[in-house]
This record gives sequence, structure tokens and C-alpha cells, in this order.
Amino acid sequence: MERAIVLAASAIGAGLAMIAGIGPGIGQGFAAGKAAEAVGRQPEAKGDITSTMLFGCAVAESTGIYGLVVARILLFANPLINLL
Amino acid sequence: MNGPKILFKIPVLGGIPVTETIVNMWVIMAIIVAVCIFLTRNLEVKPTKKRQVIAEKLVGMLYNLVEDTMGPGHKKFVPYIGALFTMSICGSLSSLFGVRPYTADLSVTLGWALVTFCMVQFTSIKTKGVGGWLKGFLEPVPFLLPLNLVSEVANPISIAFRHFGNIAAGMVITSLLYGALASLSAFVLGFIPNAFINSIPIFQLGIPAVLSIYFDLFTSFLQAYIISMLTMVYVAGAGEA
Repeated sequence: MERAIVLAASAIGAGLAMIAGIGPGIGQGFAAGKAAEAVGRQPEAKGDITSTMLFGCAVAESTGIYGLVVARILLFANPLINLL
Repeated sequence: MNGPKILFKIPVLGGIPVTETIVNMWVIMAIIVAVCIFLTRNLEVKPTKKRQVIAEKLVGMLYNLVEDTMGPGHKKFVPYIGALFTMSICGSLSSLFGVRPYTADLSVTLGWALVTFCMVQFTSIKTKGVGGWLKGFLEPVPFLLPLNLVSEVANPISIAFRHFGNIAAGMVITSLLYGALASLSAFVLGFIPNAFINSIPIFQLGIPAVLSIYFDLFTSFLQAYIISMLTMVYVAGAGEA
């Protein structure tokens, strides 16, 4: 019974951890929008703008990745189940 | 979805496990070394062979990238950045051949991130001296020392987790898709009363390739670019007095 509760709570927790994906989604969309604006204003600087945007997006992504790592730990290497 | 399989154990120190990751990595390292030897054999002052032109182009691009990002005077970092980029991209793209990508193993990316971390600290000590390096943690006010330490330690962790997380997420989603398509084809073909036809996962043909373009090709290139870019930015930042 305890095991079942811990497993269910871990699965729910993994799902909740992935809510962290909202933040990077908004952030990357914002960055991509600004990059599109910048390309519209200065089409000749497209290469620089694209690489800067990709770099910024990848850095902004880290919080989402942390959520993913937490979810993966809960699902595949659950530390809580050993505490029982 | 499980961790990498343990293929065998080296019988020293109570058995060191050798996983799929390590084997794949050594095979790919051997291939990279063989390609490098092939490309740089019999070099000439005026290139006449195709392979020398290709090699010169690749090395020139790498030098340009490093010089654009780090500024002049950082040529000694080019071999490390090149090795990091090549290892990262070959490892991630190996998933196209159905091999488990070794960059989906945290120990690999964490190893690279720790090398970068040591390099950043070493460069910082070299430019500022031990006193200046230690003093850097007390700026702008001594009271921020714990925060400075945390932000210093967070860099390698975020580099490692970013690369690992992206490739591993691609792997998870691809395997979920394969599972879903297998049950879909089992359901659709289930109407035909023939055990052999039922076992053919017909929807697995072609459909995963569309996702693979994003998760394998695009993410692999992007993460290889990002990890070498972050390394360059951090090291160049540490090199400024």
C-alpha cells in the first residue's frame, strides 16, 4: 500500500515537474519573436541574429531541462522508493 | 527507458562496469581518429587532393569560429574546442544509426563540463594570480561569497544537464513514439486474422523520421554548437583581467 502511494505520488510529481516547461516555452517564443523583428529591421545581419538567438534560447532552456531531469529521476531512478 | 546496459565488468577493484556508453564512445573515437589520420596523410604545401582541401576548410572554419567568439590570442584553445564539438556531434548523430547516443549519458557530458570548469578556473588563476582569483569571490561585497561560489559551481552542472537533457529527452520521445506506433499498427492490423501480418509494425515505417529530423539532426547540431560556444564564452570571460 505504501509502495503504491509512493509510486503514484512520484508519477504525479514527475508530471508536475514538467510544468517547468512553460517558462522556457514563453521565453524562447519571446526571443524568437524579437529575433524576427530584428531580422525584419536589419536583414543583412541575419546570420549573427540567428546564432545569438539560438545561443540565448539554449541558455534559457536550462530551467526546463532541470524540470526534465527531476521528472526523469522520479520516473526511472526513484530515490523515494528505497526509503520504505 | 532504462539506463545504458552493462555489457561486461573489468575484474579489478571489485568489478568496474563497462556500459554500452563506453563501448560506443570508444568505437566512435576510433572512427574519428581514423578519419583524422586519413584526412591529414601526405599533406602538400599546395593542396591538390580533395581530402586535404576538406581538412583545411574544416580547420579554418574552427579557427574562425574560435577567433570570432573569444577574440584574438586564444588559439591554444582551438584543439580542445574542436575535439569537444566533434565528439559531441558524432555522439549525438550516432543515434541515427540506431546506436544509443553516448551523450544521453550524464557521466559523459558531466565529464566534459568538469574539464571546462577546471579550464575556466585555471585560466582565471593564470590571468589574475591566486590572490586575485580568491579576491574575485569577494566582489562586489564580501557578503556575497556564498552566492559567488554557487554561481561558479552551477556553470558546469547547467552545461552538463543541458546537453544530457536535450539528447535524453529526444531519446525518450522517440521511444514513446515507437511504442505508440507499434500498438497503433497492432490495433489496425488486428482486424486481419493472420499472426504474421499482425506482428508487422507498419506505422513505424517513415513516420518517426519526421520527428528524427528535429530530435536527432537539429538538436545534435545545436547542442554541439551550444556546448562549445558556452565553453568558449566562459573561458574567454575568465581570461579577461
